[in-house]
Amino acid sequence: MRALLGLCAALLLALGALHPAALRADDSMPPAPYAYRQLDDPKLEAKAQGLMETIRCLTCQSQSIADSDASIAGDMRSQIRERIAAGEQPEAIRDWLVARYGDYITYTPRVTTLTWPLFAAPLAILLAAAVLLRKRFRRGDGA
Amino acid sequence: MIAEFGLAALWLAAALALLQFGSGVAALRKGDSPLAALVRPVAVVQGALALLAFAALLLVFAETDLSVKLVALNSHSAKPMMYKIAGAWGNHEGSMLLWVTVMGLAGSFVAVVERRLPEPTMIATLLGQAFVSLGFYVFLLFASNPFERLNPVPPEGQGLNPLLQDPGLAFHPPTLYLGYVGLSIAFSFAVGALLTRQVGPAFARAMRPWVLGAWIFLTLGITAGSYWAYYELGWGGWWFWDPVENASLMPWLAATALLHSCSVLAARNALRAWTVMLGVVAFSMSMVGTFLVRSGILTSVHAFAVDPKRGTFILALLAIYIGGALALFAFRAATVTEGERFAVTSRESALVFNNVMLSGILGIVLMGTLYPLVTEAFGERVSVGPPYFNPMSAVFVVPMLIVLAVGPLLRWRRDSLSRLRMPMVVAGVVGLAALGLAIVLAPGKVLPIIGLALAPAVAVASLLPLRGRKLAQVKLPLWGMVIAHFGIAVALLGMAAEGAFTTERLVALRVGETTPVGPWQIRLARIEPVAGPNWTALEATLEASYAGGKPILTHPQARMFWAPVQNTAESALLTRWNGQLYTVLGDKADGDANGGRWQLRLWWKPLVTLIWLGGALIALGGLLALVGRVASDLRRLVASDKIAFRRVRQGR
Repeated sequence: MRALLGLCAALLLALGALHPAALRADDSMPPAPYAYRQLDDPKLEAKAQGLMETIRCLTCQSQSIADSDASIAGDMRSQIRERIAAGEQPEAIRDWLVARYGDYITYTPRVTTLTWPLFAAPLAILLAAAVLLRKRFRRGDGA
Repeated sequence: MIAEFGLAALWLAAALALLQFGSGVAALRKGDSPLAALVRPVAVVQGALALLAFAALLLVFAETDLSVKLVALNSHSAKPMMYKIAGAWGNHEGSMLLWVTVMGLAGSFVAVVERRLPEPTMIATLLGQAFVSLGFYVFLLFASNPFERLNPVPPEGQGLNPLLQDPGLAFHPPTLYLGYVGLSIAFSFAVGALLTRQVGPAFARAMRPWVLGAWIFLTLGITAGSYWAYYELGWGGWWFWDPVENASLMPWLAATALLHSCSVLAARNALRAWTVMLGVVAFSMSMVGTFLVRSGILTSVHAFAVDPKRGTFILALLAIYIGGALALFAFRAATVTEGERFAVTSRESALVFNNVMLSGILGIVLMGTLYPLVTEAFGERVSVGPPYFNPMSAVFVVPMLIVLAVGPLLRWRRDSLSRLRMPMVVAGVVGLAALGLAIVLAPGKVLPIIGLALAPAVAVASLLPLRGRKLAQVKLPLWGMVIAHFGIAVALLGMAAEGAFTTERLVALRVGETTPVGPWQIRLARIEPVAGPNWTALEATLEASYAGGKPILTHPQARMFWAPVQNTAESALLTRWNGQLYTVLGDKADGDANGGRWQLRLWWKPLVTLIWLGGALIALGGLLALVGRVASDLRRLVASDKIAFRRVRQGR
């Protein structure tokens, strides 16, 4: 799991490509104002947190911006908190981010012509199971 | 010298795997081939040689022989000994060598101890095992030689990623590998049984201990990995639905299903084809996981091209083994009947339901993990994360847990639910009470509420199979089931409570200032520099007092490693019976400006430790079942030996 992820990171390191997922931001610039600071209103903070947990950190490997030390994640957290504080709705901010960075930025895949099988999958699995089981049990009942 | 010795051992082991495979094929083709006697001893020596090669690798890492390329790339003379040794498998080549070593040893073990099945089935099993090993030997020798030398010899190694320099790393990957590779035995048994068409209760009983063993290791590996990610990554998350995590979860799901269908086959001679199929699927998931992790395809389809040789190699192995096994299954499945039948309300049906739901979760995880690769092939990058996996897997987990509450109480073949009215009412009342309480305590958080309601109900229901029995006479496998199911409830409670009740606090404090987080008051007492063997750090001393109690000291660090250069945050945890305080020291809050404030990240996570306690209980349940099964097998073996001995003595 994470260790294996780490192994990959180690591999990348070995190849000379420093992997930012594992790095803490050590820019000389101070971090953006709300990167490591919560909003005072707990309701708004919860809203922001909910959104941040579903936004991908672009320079990390499979981490949301809510749990990354990368500087870009900090900047985006700050952006999101400021926008939430200014009264924007989380989904509007998500749309803005998607417009800017593409679908890759959000962990909530949208239903499109390309992604619908993802959402049909549970239904398909249940249907397949129902068909198989129905046969099975009918025979079973007769036994 | 040691490196060359290791390489020679590896070549020899590969040659023996070929011999094991060849003589197995010859023995199967002609019933009385003298080569049949070769298979078992060759399997033993093959395992021993692989172990020798691995020992050689450990040795070059232990003495930091920088003329070996792998050591130079992944180690450093100033690293603590434990991480020098752990570094041997903290990289691609080493971990693949560990893989074949474990596989070879498992094969040897089977060859030595397993005598319950007809000899042709055993030979077919060891043949399958050799066939799989052979692919990985070829992969090691031609595409990822761990013993490659380096000329000129560098003055110093490049070091190991600091995130990996943690006791968690020393144990986590080998544990998972034992699980992955243990499933290869189940795979070989399935292939062997298909080749000789011997699928029945005896096959299930022979396979079950191996599945159990692999499953225990997978459970421990996933639990340990989750805890490692939790404290090491410094943000308090314990599961990320990361592809690498999913790669370990998928074999676990398949193995869990296999375990349950195995018990149906062993007890009732039903679900034959399905069990064989699961045996193939479980190991396939191990290989898919290895492929996902090792090929680099995870980061992006394009990363695959960084080292296409390896990626293509593993992909080819995957195609040969999974495709081959499935083709064999397709050819032979028609001759393997489904076996005994059963009514809708029966223990078998409950287990079938469990299998379907586990397969459903497996399908979701597989789909969500691989789908981004599919869309990327179409030129569009999407991310699939927790907002997909959590609700989608809940669709299957929730019904599965409800059936789990009743299933173990049902009788085999045919039963009626009216017999179980009392236990169902008890579990239902507990669940509804918990549901009401959860809705009041954590309004609006849907999944945590469901978890908080289900966990107590499952916990109570999991103990019910013990009702009316004399505890001293309860057999070990039953204890194992009860404890494992109870562990599921415990882990679920931890997950739900963490989701529902966590308090987060991000603050910037001057030395001497205090901040609240949940029921705690945290005072930043001082910040001091400290040094380790290959790092320096700033260490904060926090005085944490719970609900006005006596302050307890805790020391989160911000570490700076210098080989390779990297900063990490070492979290410090305070564990109480009812949860954990999670503290992390960040940067100076005002950059280099003269503010003097330090960033702290603090979390109070009620009951979070139950997640891993539950995982440990699940593994313990597996261990008890394994001990119980093996002990009764041994007793049976001793008894049949005695009978045979008496017969010989009486000259019959």
